[in-house]
Amino acid sequence: MAHLRAFGSYAPARVVDNAELAARLECEASWIADISGIERRRWADASESVVDLGVSAANDCLERCAIAREKIGLILVSSGSSERRFPGPAAEIGAKLGLNGIPAIDVPMASAGSLFGMALASRLAPQFGLTLLIAAEKMSAAIENVPLDRNTAILFGDGAGACLIDPNEGVARLGGAILHSDGAFAANLRLDFASPIHMDGMVVILQASRKLPGVIRELLDREQLPASSIAAFLMHQANQNLIDRVAKGVGVEPAKFYSNIARYGNTSSASMLIAAAEWSAAGGFHAGDRVVFAGFGAGFHWGALLATGV
Amino acid sequence: MTNQERILKVVTQVAQKPVPADASESLFESGVLDSFALPDMVTELEKEFGIKVPDSDLNPRKFDSLERIADYIDTHTN
Repeated sequence: MAHLRAFGSYAPARVVDNAELAARLECEASWIADISGIERRRWADASESVVDLGVSAANDCLERCAIAREKIGLILVSSGSSERRFPGPAAEIGAKLGLNGIPAIDVPMASAGSLFGMALASRLAPQFGLTLLIAAEKMSAAIENVPLDRNTAILFGDGAGACLIDPNEGVARLGGAILHSDGAFAANLRLDFASPIHMDGMVVILQASRKLPGVIRELLDREQLPASSIAAFLMHQANQNLIDRVAKGVGVEPAKFYSNIARYGNTSSASMLIAAAEWSAAGGFHAGDRVVFAGFGAGFHWGALLATGV
Repeated sequence: MTNQERILKVVTQVAQKPVPADASESLFESGVLDSFALPDMVTELEKEFGIKVPDSDLNPRKFDSLERIADYIDTHTN
C-alpha cells in the first residue's frame, strides 16, 4: 500500500499585503481580511515561472526526506496556471531536477489538482516506484491585469507544494480516495488563455459549501469513522470563511482544519500541499493519527482522501 | 404561518438584517445576503420545509429574491 514519505513547499519572496492591494483596488484592507481571512500573499516576479516554483518545492521535499532523487520513478505535476498550452510543466520540472527520462505527467487541474494527483500517485506508485507529486501555481500572472478585478485579485497567491509517495513505506499509509467531477459548472470558474480568471463567486461558494462537507462525510461513512476520530483536516486553502463552514458541516471544531491562508492566500492546487508541508513541519503524523485531505475547485472537481500515520 | 411568512422568518434569521419589502428585489444586490450566508439560508430552508435541495439546483438565481425562493418552495413541496 502506498505511503506518504514527506512534503515540501516553496513560496516566492515578494510579500503582497492587503494594504498594497487595497490601495490599488480602492477598498479597505480590513474588507479583504473579513471576506477571505487573507492578510497577505506571495507573488512571484516576472522571471520566476511555474516550473521554477515547482522545482523549488520538489527540492524542499527531497531534502526533508533525504531520498536520492535517482530513485524516483514517476513525476506528477498539477497546475492550472502553466504558461503554455503544451508542453505542461511536468517534463521540464523533471529535467531541472536532473530526472531526464523519468516519466512526467501533467495534471492540468487547478484547486483540486493536488488532491487528485495524490489519489493518482497512490495508485501509480506500486507500478512506477517512488512518485514525486508537485503542485505549482503562478496565479498572479492571471490576475495582474489592469484594472485588477477586485473579486479575484484579493484571493490568489503564488507558490508550490510537493509530496513524495512511496509504494511501501513512509510516515502515513494512504487509504482510498473519493473523487468527483461535474463539468456542468465548467464555465463558472475558469481561466481562459489570454483572459483574466472568471469566477462566479456565489456559485462556487454555494457548491463548495455543500460538496466539500459532503465528500468528507462520504469518505468517513465508507471508512466507518466518526469525524471526531480525525486528528487533522488538510484542505485546499480557498477562503477562511469556507474552511470554517466546511468544519461546521462536518461537525468538528474549525481548529482541526489546518489553515495558513492568512499568509499565502489561495495558491490554487498548490495550497493543500503547502499547508501539509507546514503542518508536517509543526509535528505532522503520529502513529495511528488519521488525517483527511480534501479539495474542491474549477471543473468542478472535488474529493477527499484518508491517510493514517504509521 | 404561510410559506411566505416561513421564508421571511428563515431569511431574516440567517441575514440578521432587514429584508426588502418588495419580494422581487434581489437579496444579493440589496446586501441582505452575501455569498457565505446563501449556503446557510439554503440549509435552513431545507430544515424549515423538510426538503432536500439537490446540488444541481444550487444556483444563486433560484434563491435571489423572496419571490424566487417562494416559487422554488412551492414547486418542491406540492
